[in-house]
Amino acid sequence: MTIDININGKALTLDADPDMPLLWAIRDLAGMTGTKFGCGKALCGACTVHVDGQPVLSCAYPVSAAAGKAVTTIEGLSADGNHPVQVAWRELNVPQCGYCQPGQIMAAVALLDKNPTPTDEDIDNAMSGNICRCGTYTRIRAAIHKAAGVKS
Amino acid sequence: MNDAIKGIRLVTRREFIRNTGLAGGGLILAAHFSGCSTDQELPGGDFAPNVYVNLLESGDVEIVCHRSEMGQGIRTSVLQVIADEMEADWDRVKLLQATGDAKYGDQNTDGSTSIRKQFDLLRNAGAVARHMLVLAAAEVWGVPASECIGQNHAVHHAASGRSLGYGELAGQAATLSLPEKVEFKSPEDYRYIGKPMDTVDGMAFTVGSAAFGIDTVLPGMLYASIERCPVVGGTLVSVDDTATRAIAGVVDVIQLGDGTSPPVFNPLGGVAVLASNTWSAQKGREALNIKWDLGANASYDSDAYREQLESSVHNEGSVVLSRGDVDAALSGAAKTLEATYYAPHLSQAPMEPPAAVARINADGTCEVWACTQDPQTAQGVVAGALGIEPAQVTINVTLLGGAFGRKSKPDFIAEAALLAKKAGKPVKVTWTREDDIRHGYFHSVSAQYLRGSIDADGKVTAWHQRTAFPSINSTFGPSDGPGGGELGLGCIDNPYAIENMKIESCKAAAHVRIGWLRSVSNVYHAFAASSFADELAHLAGRDAKDFLLELIGPDRHVNPADSGAEYDNYGHDIAEHPIDTARLKGVLAEAAKMADWGRTLPAGHGLGIAVHRSFLGYVATAAEVSVSDTGELKVEELWTAVDAGTVVNPDRVRAQMEGAGIFGMSLAMHGQITAKAGAIVQGNFNSYRVIRMSEAPKAINVHIIPSQAKPCGVGEPGVPPVAPAICNAIFAATGKRVRELPLRNVKLA
Repeated sequence: MTIDININGKALTLDADPDMPLLWAIRDLAGMTGTKFGCGKALCGACTVHVDGQPVLSCAYPVSAAAGKAVTTIEGLSADGNHPVQVAWRELNVPQCGYCQPGQIMAAVALLDKNPTPTDEDIDNAMSGNICRCGTYTRIRAAIHKAAGVKS
Repeated sequence: MNDAIKGIRLVTRREFIRNTGLAGGGLILAAHFSGCSTDQELPGGDFAPNVYVNLLESGDVEIVCHRSEMGQGIRTSVLQVIADEMEADWDRVKLLQATGDAKYGDQNTDGSTSIRKQFDLLRNAGAVARHMLVLAAAEVWGVPASECIGQNHAVHHAASGRSLGYGELAGQAATLSLPEKVEFKSPEDYRYIGKPMDTVDGMAFTVGSAAFGIDTVLPGMLYASIERCPVVGGTLVSVDDTATRAIAGVVDVIQLGDGTSPPVFNPLGGVAVLASNTWSAQKGREALNIKWDLGANASYDSDAYREQLESSVHNEGSVVLSRGDVDAALSGAAKTLEATYYAPHLSQAPMEPPAAVARINADGTCEVWACTQDPQTAQGVVAGALGIEPAQVTINVTLLGGAFGRKSKPDFIAEAALLAKKAGKPVKVTWTREDDIRHGYFHSVSAQYLRGSIDADGKVTAWHQRTAFPSINSTFGPSDGPGGGELGLGCIDNPYAIENMKIESCKAAAHVRIGWLRSVSNVYHAFAASSFADELAHLAGRDAKDFLLELIGPDRHVNPADSGAEYDNYGHDIAEHPIDTARLKGVLAEAAKMADWGRTLPAGHGLGIAVHRSFLGYVATAAEVSVSDTGELKVEELWTAVDAGTVVNPDRVRAQMEGAGIFGMSLAMHGQITAKAGAIVQGNFNSYRVIRMSEAPKAINVHIIPSQAKPCGVGEPGVPPVAPAICNAIFAATGKRVRELPLRNVKLA
């Protein structure tokens, strides 16, 4: 079936199985590969995107549920990579392999949108769905605190 | 004509030749080269003195990274070393990723080797370029080369105040023959080496443009998902794909045959579903109706196997190291202790699962895009699978979304190549997480038996260790137990000053594919040895850290060969890279100091420490844990001291130690791969758990020992001390001794 969807401000009509996870619609149909596959079962957070501003695990979210909604992926977070969270990530050299980081960044942005000055505990609660196998957690915490001190 | 005018004339000529039309660029060049002075027309052209460096006549420098980036920061480090020795301007160097090609030398990004084995090679690549640019300038000016220096992207002649930019000299340098020998810079002149340069991929990582293996897209490409036999060595009996072919998007179903014995790096075989997108391929695969003959490994049960392994180490094995008389020392000892340690199989579980794209070209050649640690091996394996020559296979190396040893094995790349050939279209193979967890090359399950004794003064008089684990060798041929190389990973390289020592290797057969995982056998060897050292400290009634310092003993170089062991020292001459007890004690003392060892801790808290040398690097980690009344464990904080010799990028070394802390915690607390009826039980991050943010310590503190010694490995050495440090901390907190991993299986209350 055809599904109308807005990804990063662009209106798209995708021909997709309604059960297809949004992740694969974004990657394989819309051709945007910044959003990552890590588990396929909503267990690792690598696929985190925003749907109407809310963080969503796109590997377990049917594309049909996003019909008529606005999806933001890492590519659409800012025009030039200068969202305060992206800047903080670079200033603290957070990424190692980089693979989980689009999901981490999207989760962190969603946290800060809701809670502009999170505590360590808030961060732990909000970010524990996002696995980083390289082990960048302590830098992620620091980067979120740093971004929290910067006005968007 | 004054120098400035000549300089401007030169720029004008360049602008004419190149017809760039970049007025701004011309002005910048004019300013930059206003000091140059020559009436001689310089030949244009680029200058590529070796396969790693290409200086363009524009002055921009292309530097080739022939190693794979998997999070260790090697793309940044390679650039730092070459650009530094070349005296190139950081803002004018551009990094290109090498394809797999023997002309680059060793590309196998494994064993923490990039810097420890290739530091001088990389320095040479840059130094040769600088040296030849100096010769070129000297020739142009008619002055002795010894009066000229290459500095910050130009050659300068101090006596006359003349300078020529590197770009100006490229064509001239290209006419020179390669020097026999070049001089490296002095460490005090380093511009980038030893500095925390930002990661070159930082922007790409944060905007989603970083391209991993899984991100490759080719026109007309099909997406494949492969159902493999749940048991290694099983074979396909029949497949009914009727339901699969009815699923929208499914294009084809292709049988890949069976795996090989030994497995080597070959595909496991199975049935592939090819579709117009990943989801359809996965759905189609679920609809396959397959009958397997599970084969001989279907009897593999990891619980029963544990009993076999533990029984194996309670019997005599082959002696691989011996000095003194262990039995006599034990029988005459004041106190003795014995313990058996167990650690399960592990999966590397990189966040990017194995993924590759392959295309067969009209002329029969093959082009691949893959997240591979070892592109030359991938080239050979793909060529073998396709029946063509390695030279007909191009391996494009993407970024690797984690690897940890898994992506050294190119089975998944050969799958893509075989499917592309059979389908007649480019194919992307994407492993699911379940594929990755269930069909991996697993870190060995292990058992170790230790016996030790102390005399009346609390001095250790005997150390007897037996180790058993299925060997990596079993992946490549017949094997019934630990291989020589693996015993050198934290076992026969034991640094303790104990007069009587015996180490034996005991039999263990493999029933799954065995491969290497970050730090390899050091993980379980350090777990047992560093735990047992802590047990002996307690037996002696001593402070664990002081006891360990004494156990390592006087400053000296330990050579396992002196005790009859065959030790390869990670492929390095032991005279150049000795097992240096002073450095071992140095990191141990530093980690203890960082952790404020000996301080009063809250109730339920404990401090533990461990130190281990691996891949030539020395790392000590202290852990503070808390254990609640209900037995809930929390790793509160880690302190790590590392002596890795000369360090190229201290921030990336720090990051590796932070990451090793989390990686070590994952395997200590959660990691286990088990098997029932030959099939792996775990399948995703709910059953194969790894550390999450909520479990991460509040801080992982890292200190790098300043050193100008030869560089050591960095990517792996941080992992081994973590698990024993945590277990020793648990003992300090609770009096409960942990002798098996993971900790989630151990009741702490």
